[in-house]
Amino acid sequence: MSSRLFVILIPLIVIAIFAILSWRDTRNNPDPTRKGFFDRNGTVLGLVFIALVGFWMLFLVVLPYLYMVVESFHPKLSPSKRGGPDDVLTLMQYKSFFIEPLSGDMNTIHMWAFGYTIVISLIVTALNFAICYPLAYYMAQTGTARKVRLLMLALIIPYWVNEILRAFSLRLLLASKGLINQMLMGVGLTDAPIDFLGNNVGLFVGLSYAYLLIMVFPLYNAIESLDRNQIEAAHDLGAPWWKIHRDVVIPYAKPGIASGCTMVFMLSAGSLAAPQFLGGPNTLWFTSVVYDFFFQSFNWPRGAAYAFVLLSACIAFVMIVLRLFKVSLGETIK
Amino acid sequence: MSARFVFKAMIGFYIALFFLYLFGPLMVMAVTAFNTPNYPQAYPFEAFTLDWFVKLWNHRSMMAGLRNSVIIGIGVVLLSVPVGLAAAIIMGQISSRARGLYYLVTVSPVLTPGVIIGISTVIFWKDALSLTDVTRATFYNGTMLSIFGQSSFISAYCLLIIMARLQRFDRTQEEAALDLGASYPQVFWHILLPFLRPALISASVIAFLSSFENYNTTTFAILADKTLVTVLAGEVRQGTTPALSALAVVIISISIFGAVLYEVLKRREENKTTRTMRNAKEAERNETYA
Repeated sequence: MSSRLFVILIPLIVIAIFAILSWRDTRNNPDPTRKGFFDRNGTVLGLVFIALVGFWMLFLVVLPYLYMVVESFHPKLSPSKRGGPDDVLTLMQYKSFFIEPLSGDMNTIHMWAFGYTIVISLIVTALNFAICYPLAYYMAQTGTARKVRLLMLALIIPYWVNEILRAFSLRLLLASKGLINQMLMGVGLTDAPIDFLGNNVGLFVGLSYAYLLIMVFPLYNAIESLDRNQIEAAHDLGAPWWKIHRDVVIPYAKPGIASGCTMVFMLSAGSLAAPQFLGGPNTLWFTSVVYDFFFQSFNWPRGAAYAFVLLSACIAFVMIVLRLFKVSLGETIK
Repeated sequence: MSARFVFKAMIGFYIALFFLYLFGPLMVMAVTAFNTPNYPQAYPFEAFTLDWFVKLWNHRSMMAGLRNSVIIGIGVVLLSVPVGLAAAIIMGQISSRARGLYYLVTVSPVLTPGVIIGISTVIFWKDALSLTDVTRATFYNGTMLSIFGQSSFISAYCLLIIMARLQRFDRTQEEAALDLGASYPQVFWHILLPFLRPALISASVIAFLSSFENYNTTTFAILADKTLVTVLAGEVRQGTTPALSALAVVIISISIFGAVLYEVLKRREENKTTRTMRNAKEAERNETYA
């Protein structure tokens, strides 16, 4: 139990350090024009604000994350043994990601699932960028205001339908008895139905479809503020269209591109619905592996360890993208 | 001239293709909702029927799930809109050196995969609420944990929405009120809050919708209970029935209605502001002449 209690102390210590630092700061550099937080909001309101944000940050964000990480360093135990002598800190859950604990073999299944999830998410991200960039550019630079508004509305409506039903609609289209196979066989392109769901075409389409909007909006926002004169100047100076995009539009839209790409990557790497409903029977998506640890083998610590591996991979991806595009995190989330 | 025409035609074709990709699957699904066969099929269209809507209405677990979804949605709005508001106000007042860290921590839930939020919520609150028997009996349930889990990232959405409007707040209004003898809390209630009203309304709508359609976090946090979306997921996993298509038709109809309503209201609001602006300008002109 002690290691779990320790977790609760970490954020408290951090907050205390910050409080002391800010108190010393105001004592050393008194600024009479600056009013204190409680002066500016009144004591009651100020306390309410701090309580709300404190509850959110501590109990809904920081503590659950830290607690999950600590849980992943524990063995799987029955509830009665928790906190007992067997409840020790261990790396076994992380080791099990590489070496299957029962057989002692390399855990190729889970490592493969992890690599597959990351690679497919990267491909989906690139694909969505390619699909959405022309539309975003059109909406931001060439379309008339009324048309853009209509397009916006049309973009948003499908997103009111939830993820599961969207996956379901794609399944209807791509199933072996589905409309696309009916059409292909009707035209005579194939004799037997193509197994789109089994060969994972369904999964790719589903992931790309689910996160189109997530890519369009950041791109649109970024390109919209670009001054049209810059494009026209490049055009007048004789630049071909692809050069205008490569040297003018894309460098300008970098923060939007970084933001769209990180969001789409994160969402598809962490997605659960598309792989569950559109993936083939042999496809192992990493989140599905985590899901099974929770609901089938009830091995929470191992599930937590795998979840932490996924989270680390996502954070690493964001860091790499930000470094590549040379933008700060603040510019990304808008 | 003709190159321009070809370019325009290509753009038009591309946009048509894009929206075919976006709407095609939904339209096919909508057709299956009105077709008689047991397996949802769009072609051949055998006969028109509304039976699937009746089946949907009589689907007991789906209706129970819908009720839970609405309760959780309201809970999330009640928790995350005030949190987002408080967080936005603190963001505006915090010293600029601490702002970077504060921003990073408050917005991190947006970037965390929903699955991880769900898992961490369950693991933490299971132990936290088990400290006493009373809290375990009253609070350790799917509804409460879903509200907590969803609010963790929906509060950040609310923060971003409210912050965007707060940045456009004219500080001179606050100063004027203070000069006229108002206290800071009075400024908050009578000036800042009315100014933020549109942002608070859109934050509430977004919060409710995000909560309603969330799957990744809820599927863990809901424990043994069910929401509409988790019931749906179970149904889709078991097989396919046109009743699901019927549900989608209902949702799409409501959203188109909502979108049109929103557009009309927005137009009306815009007309009103342009009219008041014109009137104000006119009044000003008359005053200078007088």
